[in-house]
Amino acid sequence: MSEEMMDDEEGVIKKFMYVNRKAPYGSIYALESLEVVLIGAAFDQDVSLAFIDDGVYQLMKGQRTSGIGMKDFSPTYRALEMYDVEKLYVDQDSLAARNLTADDLIVPVEVLSSAEMADLMEDQDVVLSF
Amino acid sequence: MPMFEQGGVSVEVDEEGYLVNLNDWTPEVATAFAATGDDKIEGGLTSEHWEIINFLRKYYEEYQIAPAVRVLTKAIGKKMGADKGNSKYLYSLFQYGPGKQACRYAGLPKPTGCI
Repeated sequence: MSEEMMDDEEGVIKKFMYVNRKAPYGSIYALESLEVVLIGAAFDQDVSLAFIDDGVYQLMKGQRTSGIGMKDFSPTYRALEMYDVEKLYVDQDSLAARNLTADDLIVPVEVLSSAEMADLMEDQDVVLSF
Repeated sequence: MPMFEQGGVSVEVDEEGYLVNLNDWTPEVATAFAATGDDKIEGGLTSEHWEIINFLRKYYEEYQIAPAVRVLTKAIGKKMGADKGNSKYLYSLFQYGPGKQACRYAGLPKPTGCI
């Protein structure tokens, strides 16, 4: 740990955004991102999650994974609230391009235009992309 | 993977003693886990232990995740009241950590976010 960090006042809160762009089961990215969010939640930071492009599929209702032999981890997004992760943002254009609306998603989200999403990203201290 | 064998129970476990196949769980597995090892519970599982174990199993069924201990504490407080939803009570039941120990007995994976 650097001297500068040691000297920091305790309880500095940074804005972390986790950006999710990939479909849930074709790769390990979605699950890894979710696990990092859950583990990171212990540090009491200002956390938000963004779902863009195929990342919107991570939140879709009615995921049935038995055919591909993987665990359906979508119910875990509903546990985020208990980890005090309550800011979930979804890109409007990505939903529309896939013929989806917020009603198709398993958790309440805030739907943002691409411009609003860009502003939000600009506002972060740390952006982690998965 | 090693096998855990005790009193007629024979299940596959990982190197930390957690069930490999969550479907292998039965109440007898919990009883057997609690009866042996460094973290065994003297006198066996009581109804207070079972209340937490059953809560964890329901939680996992609903959210597909073993909760971090502070989340578990909060969730138990919501469901059973503040006299049970606190670290002191939970640690009095599970001295090796209500997250790790109770999740193992409940047949869940090691909690995500257990640091």
